[in-house]
Amino acid sequence: MACFTVSAAEAVIVTMAKKAEVKKEARELTEGRTETKSAKIPLSVKLTWLRNMLLGGSVLLLFEHIWHGEIVPWFPFLTAMSNSADMVEMLKEMATVGVSMALLITFTWGIMCVCAEAILKREAKKPAQNSEN
Amino acid sequence: MTLLITVFAAIITTVVWYNRKDDNMKLGILMFMFWGASLMWLVDAIFEYAELKAEYFNPAIKDMLNDAFLGLCVVALALVIWLVRLLVTDPKGSVKRALKKEEI
Repeated sequence: MACFTVSAAEAVIVTMAKKAEVKKEARELTEGRTETKSAKIPLSVKLTWLRNMLLGGSVLLLFEHIWHGEIVPWFPFLTAMSNSADMVEMLKEMATVGVSMALLITFTWGIMCVCAEAILKREAKKPAQNSEN
Repeated sequence: MTLLITVFAAIITTVVWYNRKDDNMKLGILMFMFWGASLMWLVDAIFEYAELKAEYFNPAIKDMLNDAFLGLCVVALALVIWLVRLLVTDPKGSVKRALKKEEI
């Protein structure tokens, strides 16, 4: 009914966090404090991955909802908003399915970040091991 | 069916992204879009399965066809979004070069 709105809302928050992080990283770069972090993936890049997953998924699910006639181009846009019984069901779906969707994407992103850092660490170790041999 | 088509699209895009020669094609955005939608539809499918149980795996032919058609339309929409973004950002400068040629 409107489950994708939870992920869309998270995407907006992540976009704002990413913008703040980009500013912070630029400030750190000018102050020359990024040398120790050079082997790490910047948080702004990781947040871009999350934003793309959340926003991309939300856009495609928005299309699915239009397809099923759950979203209309006139106010209040969601057909479930027309009566209170449907509205309660919609809110229930947002709280269960919607929140689960956002949590699963965030959890997957977390695993992705850990794996990406591990791959970078492994790559950084390789030349050191080669030089030891 | 929509979930299945989106998952296949995500896998194909990931394989193409892995074998990329450069980042000019901006395949990352398409890949994340498909994986994001796949995860969201997976949750939807889990909730639907919890409600319908075994009946979930026996959909009517008409519903399956509609879902397959929706899946293909979703893939087409994602490709259009990616293509528009690629042309607007123009990382290779191809659009810019073509427009300059027109001027001459």
